[in-house]
Amino acid sequence: MSGHDNTDIQSHVRTYMMVFGALAILTVLTVGASYLEVTSGESIFIALIIASVKGSLVASYFMHLISERAMIINILLLTIAFFFVLMFLPLMTATDAATIL
Amino acid sequence: MEIPYTVKERPDTGLNNSKLGIWLFLASEVMLFGGLFSAYVFLRLGAPEGAFHEWGKELNVPLATLNTMVLITSSVTMVMSWASLKMNDFKKYKLYMGLTLLCAVIFLIVKYFEYTAKFDHHLYPSTNTFLAIYFTLTGLHGLHIIGGMIVMTYFWLPAGNKMWHSEPEHFANRIEIAGLYWHFVDLVWIFLFPILYLL
Amino acid sequence: MPEPFWRKYIFSQDHKVIGIQYGLTALAFLFFGFCLMMIMRWQLAYPETPVPLIGEFLWENGILLPEVYNSLGAMHGTIMIFLGVVPLAVGAFGNYFVPLQIGTIDMAFPKLNMTSYWSYFVGGVIMVASFFTPEGAARSGWTSYPPLADFEPGQTLWLIGMVFLITSSLLGSINIIVTIVQLRAPGLTWMRLPFFVWTQLVTSFLLVLAFPPLEAAAVLQLMDRVVGTSFFLPSGLVVSGEIISATGGGSPLLWQHLFWFLAHPEVYVLILPAMGIVCEVIANNTRKPIWGYKSLVYAAIFLGFMSFIVWAHHMFMTGMGATMSAFFQTTTMIISIPSVIILTAFFLSLWGGSIRYNTPMLFALAFLPMFGIGGLTGLPLGLAASDISLHDTYYVIGHFHYVVAPGTIFALFAGIYYWFPKMTGRKMNETLGKLHFWPSLIFMNGIFLPMFIQGLAGISRRLWDGGAIYSHAADTLWLNEVMSVSAWLLGLIQFVFIVNFFYSMKKGEKAGRNPWDATTLEWVAPSPPIAHGNFESDIEVHRSAYEYSVPGRKRDFTPQTEPKKSDN
Repeated sequence: MSGHDNTDIQSHVRTYMMVFGALAILTVLTVGASYLEVTSGESIFIALIIASVKGSLVASYFMHLISERAMIINILLLTIAFFFVLMFLPLMTATDAATIL
Repeated sequence: MEIPYTVKERPDTGLNNSKLGIWLFLASEVMLFGGLFSAYVFLRLGAPEGAFHEWGKELNVPLATLNTMVLITSSVTMVMSWASLKMNDFKKYKLYMGLTLLCAVIFLIVKYFEYTAKFDHHLYPSTNTFLAIYFTLTGLHGLHIIGGMIVMTYFWLPAGNKMWHSEPEHFANRIEIAGLYWHFVDLVWIFLFPILYLL
Repeated sequence: MPEPFWRKYIFSQDHKVIGIQYGLTALAFLFFGFCLMMIMRWQLAYPETPVPLIGEFLWENGILLPEVYNSLGAMHGTIMIFLGVVPLAVGAFGNYFVPLQIGTIDMAFPKLNMTSYWSYFVGGVIMVASFFTPEGAARSGWTSYPPLADFEPGQTLWLIGMVFLITSSLLGSINIIVTIVQLRAPGLTWMRLPFFVWTQLVTSFLLVLAFPPLEAAAVLQLMDRVVGTSFFLPSGLVVSGEIISATGGGSPLLWQHLFWFLAHPEVYVLILPAMGIVCEVIANNTRKPIWGYKSLVYAAIFLGFMSFIVWAHHMFMTGMGATMSAFFQTTTMIISIPSVIILTAFFLSLWGGSIRYNTPMLFALAFLPMFGIGGLTGLPLGLAASDISLHDTYYVIGHFHYVVAPGTIFALFAGIYYWFPKMTGRKMNETLGKLHFWPSLIFMNGIFLPMFIQGLAGISRRLWDGGAIYSHAADTLWLNEVMSVSAWLLGLIQFVFIVNFFYSMKKGEKAGRNPWDATTLEWVAPSPPIAHGNFESDIEVHRSAYEYSVPGRKRDFTPQTEPKKSDN
């Protein structure tokens, strides 16, 4: 992210403001959704979806990942892969324990 | 002796050293919080049905929503402070960086009131596994906020003026790096907020 | 303006000085960790007799107490891995030779480099200091399994020390990755990198991505110990006949998962740099290009990737179900393939070479069968059916010590002998080197080979009396004495190395720039390389890393810097 001229940056600033608006709306939405009468599975799903959208907005626009170099994207993909390995660890343990009981 | 590509980008990777360095650091942070999120899921699955939801009701959702807004705002002011440097407007940079620091302080003050309210009701990390992971995650996140504040304060104080006037490009890079860290801290909170307060 | 002493040798930012600081500190810790083991081996060979020389000063009657035995065991593991081998392989060799081998002037972040050394140093001081606290050092094994580790004294300092060591490793490995990616000399493309640099790159990725979950786990255990949470304590746990007061609800398995998520990749952190060193030494002393360079590189990358999804093969005894153990047995069998590819490539490299049997080469050659034994004995441990009877016996100890002691540590010795001329400008003494090598090889096997026999006989690894009270151990108990005597003799013979090290530094045969006629970039620099800058002029690379004995050329080696047009 270098070598921008002023107009380029100004269009960025407009994007930042739009992202800010979207994040604020999504925050209100996620709080609102938590009062819905749904099963806990559904509410976890909704909350995680909204959080992922918000997270992607921050990562893509504030952290400029949308226009980042291949090297960094690849490192992050590798990290995300191992992050999911970590996340599946408790799930695996839980489902596995259920089968032996 | 000058280390190559400290400021300028290496042509074949398109990156300068600090940019790659901070992303590797953030990758390790993803795994650090990943370990703790994993522990959260592990404990939640191990707790009695619905217990985490019950225990979570003790938390103050309005205050946390306020804090979410504060952190999102701080992310915007942070990115604006970098954009101001790119537009050669150092005064605006100072303003936005100051606002970012202000948001960080507000966040910590709100957090302080949340913590003391819990302690007043005799809710401690040892009370149950939910509060244990709640205090651990938010505490570690709070430490990250404080770490970010130290760096940003350094760049906001007169030391920043000097760096800007001697090496403007290098200084803008540094603010970008600090910004990447700060947005990451915001991003972690975006996930902490629903899993701790809403679910 | 000359640099003051403290800037030049203590708080230096030159990668070479930091590398040497790492190296000397790590060697000291290796020796210290070895001494702990020599004390334990007395108790194992001659149970409940006073330890000679030091016993009378330390314990009543001079007999090693069981709880101290546990501390020595836990700290031996911790020190050897986190304070000895990794800092030597990555901190010392990585720091010193990665910038040289890629033809640059320093690491990407010199200040960070200094910080990571001092963070390591502080972590080490905390670990050693824990011996002198009233609580004593940690005594729950290097794996620190809860619930035991949640209650045993000494553990808090261990955890704090680990946080410093993890921080140091993270900063150091980020630095190495950025250096390799960003600072390669012009012309040094990925497939021209020496294999050593590749292994450092993969190792650093393992450290960056695998260490943080252990840091998370250390924070959780610290919370358990300090503020009374129950992350690792199940409900209704009974300790010494009483139900514990903590609320419970946690699980000791959570620790095991997070711990082994690091600790299995850590095994490859220990072995990959060793393979890198062995590769350099073998290519140089067979005077041949290394066989299958590309397959080595891809195997190392694949090894690193797979090492993240095998961790639960350390946990077959935790009652995991068939699905999970089937998955982890499969991945474990798969990960043995790249290791075999690497080892095979090294063996094939020897074929038809005119081998120079100097000290670094002897150590590198010994690495091959020793690592082979260590690796192959690991296969039965990776299969749940055989692991259940072998788990936590001396067989396991024998297996991983073959990988790390005559494996990795021999490779590190090879590295020291090979690169000593570059670091000091003088060669180490060959006669003393061989006098160090042959007895070390014999005594290493004297220590670890009997462990397989004892392990197969079913002797547990954690017994203070070495198994004397069990009748099934009776037949193999005599081996304890063999192992202990071998260990003490191995310790004694290391003085040959220490003498050689310091003697050669002052009086060794002078070495020029390139005493081994090697091709890689570090040999283009003066010996020792120039402070803060390494090379006299900018480096440009024109060819791959191991062009030895190319037919039709005047010399049997072609440095990477030599332009293509001079080929004929």
